[in-house]
Amino acid sequence: MTTATSSLDQAAAARQKRFVLRSTRGRTGLLKQAALQAVCLFVLLTVIFPVIWVFSVSLNPLNLSRPQGLEIIPPNATLEAYQQVLDKPTPNPISFLDLTLNSLKLALGTSLVSVGIGVFAAYAFARLRFRGRAVLMLVILAVLMLPNVATLAPLFVLLNSVNLDLPFLGDFKLRRSLLGVGFAVISGLLPFAIWNLKGYLDTIPRDLEEAAWVDGAGINQTFIRIILPLSVPALAVTAFLGFIAGWTEFYFTSTFLGGQVVDHTLALALNSMVGQFSQTPWAQFSAFSILFAIPPAIVYFIAQRWITSGLAIGGVKG
Amino acid sequence: MTAITARLSTLRRPRAGGNQRAAYLYLVPAFVVMGFITIYPLLYQVYMSFTNTELKHLNVRLGLTPDFVGLQNYINILTSALAIPNFDFLRIIIYNLWWALSNVAIHLVIGVGVALLLNSRGLWLRKFYRALFIIPVVIPPIIVANVWAHMFDPDGGAINLLLAGVGSFMGVPATAFHIDWLRQVASPIKGFLPSWPGGPDLSLPLAYYAMLITNTWLGWPLNSVVATGALQSIPNDLYEAADMDGASGWQKFRNVTLAYLRPAMIPYAIYGFVITFNLFYLAFFMSQGGPNGKTQLLVTQAYYLVNSNQLYGVGAAFAVIMFFILLTITLITNRLTKATQTYSL
Repeated sequence: MTTATSSLDQAAAARQKRFVLRSTRGRTGLLKQAALQAVCLFVLLTVIFPVIWVFSVSLNPLNLSRPQGLEIIPPNATLEAYQQVLDKPTPNPISFLDLTLNSLKLALGTSLVSVGIGVFAAYAFARLRFRGRAVLMLVILAVLMLPNVATLAPLFVLLNSVNLDLPFLGDFKLRRSLLGVGFAVISGLLPFAIWNLKGYLDTIPRDLEEAAWVDGAGINQTFIRIILPLSVPALAVTAFLGFIAGWTEFYFTSTFLGGQVVDHTLALALNSMVGQFSQTPWAQFSAFSILFAIPPAIVYFIAQRWITSGLAIGGVKG
Repeated sequence: MTAITARLSTLRRPRAGGNQRAAYLYLVPAFVVMGFITIYPLLYQVYMSFTNTELKHLNVRLGLTPDFVGLQNYINILTSALAIPNFDFLRIIIYNLWWALSNVAIHLVIGVGVALLLNSRGLWLRKFYRALFIIPVVIPPIIVANVWAHMFDPDGGAINLLLAGVGSFMGVPATAFHIDWLRQVASPIKGFLPSWPGGPDLSLPLAYYAMLITNTWLGWPLNSVVATGALQSIPNDLYEAADMDGASGWQKFRNVTLAYLRPAMIPYAIYGFVITFNLFYLAFFMSQGGPNGKTQLLVTQAYYLVNSNQLYGVGAAFAVIMFFILLTITLITNRLTKATQTYSL
């Protein structure tokens, strides 16, 4: 008897629950849907407005110094700005291809070196116990706290003091070279890579390694056979973040390179196109911006899921 | 039996001595490189901060050596006595803190708001919006800063043209919208931040609002991504239980939604605070720290001291001071994170 009533009660409760569910979770009303869509469209408009604007400005003819209106397809639309950018983007005697190659060299070089060296240190910090571990980790954290721009003065003065008289290349001034800039970038990128990768390695469960140890694997074998394959996504994300840092690097290139035009990068060329007294037509600036931003944007879009989770672990150094 | 376990435990952990040596071997490459290009330069920076190193000392042919000036660089910075125009240390710090705080507050509200919007039940085109709202995140900030700098240009900039277009509906002449957003010296709102006699001029120029708009565009989408993750982790049972208890919509929002959002959003807001505090590109490319240095941040001032003024000794001292400011911020935010962790569910 008691069981019967309680099961009846349960049925009633379930029915009531279902009723409540239906009343609150039912199909969203058309009016509400329209209101939500209106807000979403407004947000979308604010998000894509600058993107559409820069595309439309890039279509302006080059004899127009700045746009006259807000048309999406401006009058006399042409692609000559892109042609000019690909040919010779700035008054400096350097082509877009050479600028791109310099940016690529800097971005790839610094990111691969940082990740390649950093992953060993990250493994030591994440998995091995040794004397001085806490102190060394504090050193890295302290370095990470300081933005790159705050290391400009000592790196400038120290790299400036390296002057080599090379047998074939002649006088070589490290500060005025892409190599010098690369050292300065790695100075901040390497500690970031170590910290980011350590954060990821900390999240890998230890079971696999312990099984390997039981099977007689040593530290090196565990690292090569287990840790490295498992951390490929983290290595890729860290390398990508490093690549973006190198691709858009501005503090060191603008302070170090000066008139060494052959070593100029895309970011530096962008800087010489803008500014209060620049004569560059806006169409040219816009076309350059689009070509500059598209490669990292595409990779980011594709790898977005991994990158945001990678960001959540580490953090970016500006 | 004990022999087996003992053997297993020795197997499981490679010997302590070997472990130590291997650890150092793994650290050697990174710390040799960092020793040369990270740690030594930072120590050298501290030494340099006590000297008057300038451009002339770098020219080998002149053979000049910098003088040791003790704490003079630090004193000159802290008392705003540097011989460069518009340098006011106290104003830079207060403005920089306000810049980061105001931005993060706006990012948080819009980010959570849009996440809630996209989380509404039965919303059409949800995936489409989610994919497109991420656009500001994928564009390099150096481009964002330069594009918006052009959009805020008084002649031909999109913002003024847009305002003129809206104004024409209300009969306002287009000439009224020749606003020099980034360089106008007069502040639109007086006394926004508190001022005191003899204190720095803390009035916020139009450039601040222009950069606030730009950084809002740039910053809210990632907040929205984080908030969406937190929203999706809320079990439906909680809302059903709240419905059974007859909770109102507002009560459900406060006691369920916000309670779950808080532990995810507060650490992210702190992270965003530090990123915004050190955000170089907008202040450099949009306002150049102006007008009259009113939107100067610590990072841009550090750059100008080395790049334009070529005062390497002063720049080094400025960076050391920055280190202690950021250390203080880190210690405070760590406390905040720990304090909020105890609330987490």
